[in-house]
Amino acid sequence: MEIGEAKEHIYSDTELDRAEGEQIEALKAHSQQPIPDPDKWLDEELRRNILLTSVDAILNWARRSSLWPAICFPACCAFELIAANASRFDLSRFGMEILRASPRQADLMITAGTLTWKMAPQVRRIYDQMAEPKWVIAMGACGISGGIFRSSYAVVPGYNRIIPVDVYVPGCPPRPEALIYGIRMLHHKISQEHTDIKLPPLRTG
Amino acid sequence: MTVSLSGSEVAQKITEHFPEAVFETSDQAVVVKSESLFEVAQYLKNSQGLDFDYLTSITAVDYYDYFELVYQLTSLKHNHSLVLKTRCYDRAKPTLPSVVRLWRGADFQEREIYDLMGISFTGHPNLKRIVLWQGFEGHPLRKDFL
Repeated sequence: MEIGEAKEHIYSDTELDRAEGEQIEALKAHSQQPIPDPDKWLDEELRRNILLTSVDAILNWARRSSLWPAICFPACCAFELIAANASRFDLSRFGMEILRASPRQADLMITAGTLTWKMAPQVRRIYDQMAEPKWVIAMGACGISGGIFRSSYAVVPGYNRIIPVDVYVPGCPPRPEALIYGIRMLHHKISQEHTDIKLPPLRTG
Repeated sequence: MTVSLSGSEVAQKITEHFPEAVFETSDQAVVVKSESLFEVAQYLKNSQGLDFDYLTSITAVDYYDYFELVYQLTSLKHNHSLVLKTRCYDRAKPTLPSVVRLWRGADFQEREIYDLMGISFTGHPNLKRIVLWQGFEGHPLRKDFL
């Protein structure tokens, strides 16, 4: 087949590439500083609200007892996560054996692997599509800081540049025990969270 | 097993048809001039007895003074292989002829070389970045990157 006629059918539009490049450059320009722990900036909101402690306790128990992770496995840490899911380490003890392919049905993102800037907008989109409340565990050295690829031109130096991270699990890759310890830490963190109930403002006079 | 042909022997056959083309030769490889790369590749693909109908891979190497491109050719018909090389001395604007018209498999590999080494291939139907994104500055596999 002649290349000329094949070109229109096979090759994608360069406009798409340009749009993608602009999106990546914009995200990169916005992500020069790490996002702090969500607890630090969530607290201020919570102080202004009414706290229902016994309801909180039940809600948080329910939330932490069935965390459903979204599928986001860009690299090799995924195998430790899969091992943690499988029979020997058995994440279903914590009610989280189901990995959701749809971010709408997930409330936990375990970032298992190196993230490149080209992939970053997609991970950001998965995070945005997850329903509140949602949590993020940064798994492995690359997830925390970029790891050995930190100085690379193509690698995001830590997921906390693009999404807020709750728990960091170090290791390269972390063993399933370490991941489970991180999940237990997240459980502890969730159990101390308070319900955010917004009431209409009081009318005076 | 695939027999790797001697570069010198194939170079003799090439010289019969293209007297000026061969630049350097050894047992391992034939180095041809970049101007006659396409004609030589076409000859290697179509001539009786050679029939290099399969392009295994293309690699680019940065030797500071020049870029060297390594074409690993295989003939599925005769079960033999050859290493064809060419050099590009222009560092500011390296240009080479594309071999996509001979081997469609060269499409993505030439794009990758363009992306990471910054060598442009004339005659490539869709020459744009493949691994990095549009708008990325520089070519990271060059030795002088950073």
